[in-house]
Amino acid sequence: MSAALLGIFVSALLVNNFTLSYFLGLCPFFGVSGRLQTAFRLGMANTFVMLITSLAAWALHTYVLIHAPYLMLIAYILVIASTVQFVEMVIKKASPALFRALGIFLPLITTNCAIMALALFQTSRGYGLLQGLVFAAGAGLGVTLALVLMAGLREEAELSNVPALLRGTAMSFLIAGVLSLAFMGFAGLFGGS
Amino acid sequence: MNGRDAGFRGEIAKGLFAENPVFVKALGLCPALAVTNSAINGLAMGLATTFVLFMSSLLVSALRRLIPSQVRISTYIVVIATFVTVADFSLQALAPAIHREMGAFIALIVVNCLILGRAEAFASRHPVPAALGDALGMGAGFAGALILIGGVREVLGSGALFGFALFGPRFEPWVVMILPPGGFLVVGVLLLLFARRAAARERAAAAEERR
Repeated sequence: MSAALLGIFVSALLVNNFTLSYFLGLCPFFGVSGRLQTAFRLGMANTFVMLITSLAAWALHTYVLIHAPYLMLIAYILVIASTVQFVEMVIKKASPALFRALGIFLPLITTNCAIMALALFQTSRGYGLLQGLVFAAGAGLGVTLALVLMAGLREEAELSNVPALLRGTAMSFLIAGVLSLAFMGFAGLFGGS
Repeated sequence: MNGRDAGFRGEIAKGLFAENPVFVKALGLCPALAVTNSAINGLAMGLATTFVLFMSSLLVSALRRLIPSQVRISTYIVVIATFVTVADFSLQALAPAIHREMGAFIALIVVNCLILGRAEAFASRHPVPAALGDALGMGAGFAGALILIGGVREVLGSGALFGFALFGPRFEPWVVMILPPGGFLVVGVLLLLFARRAAARERAAAAEERR
């Protein structure tokens, strides 16, 4: 049982990294990966929302959507939007400093496709409560890892002499391509496909 | 946008080139990379997105005076989610093979920032014909970009285009191109070409002015 859970975790973290092999959550990946500090904080906020979404999606799927499966998309998106709103209120109350540091990135998590994909994958693979939470933790940390690696590389690239045409998005994509190549080396780990 | 209404046809042309959603505005990148390992998948994704964009623009634009501005984003999301559900189920019935291959990505059209962006920035402030033109243009620009990316990756990665083999049996496919890294690399190179074209245009315009 615990080996299966570890498999789910490592698969979501490295082998099937949400950002680098499923192309999920690319907008913040390219938009926010300019600075290491911000990238890390955004990754952690993402992970937190993923955990809560996983819990909520599991409860919804088990108790409500059984009776109306065609409402899945609408129900999930509303849950995600209200979760983000709720997290925003809690953080604002509990830690105003963190709230200011996260700024606009907090509400934008709503339209991050990685969160929605997490809920959909969890449903289509039939994960239970515990498996879902482990999956969410792995996926969230995987997104954080990709963000931090990317931010580190881009901070380094700022200091090097790059042709003017390559600066900006084009170079970010090429860097991401190489990163993604490197992550392909994890394929087959723990029998994950 | 420069404030004036370009009319139905102008809106379509704008979406195809000057404001191409993928290459110029960098919107909707996730599906643009995730499903484009062949041209036919790019085409299907482009059509599904255009359908959702068209229908939600129509509804948002027609109801723009009735939707209270405090709850507009939630309203748009419910409208979009409804049409995505329609597209998802239709594709599942009409083309089950393609639907299987794209997996969750059809459902993920809900969170494509291109659609919510157009609803908020354009459809909610323009009359129905202009909004429909904008939706068709943006949809066509998006589909075109996806077919281009998918086509390049399919030709390089499996030596075929729309499923027809191009090079004969001696061609050694460049497999990495249909795997995830290929998506990033192909889009990176295409962005580079677009930037080069824009830079050349600017230089030409500057030379024109000096004369």
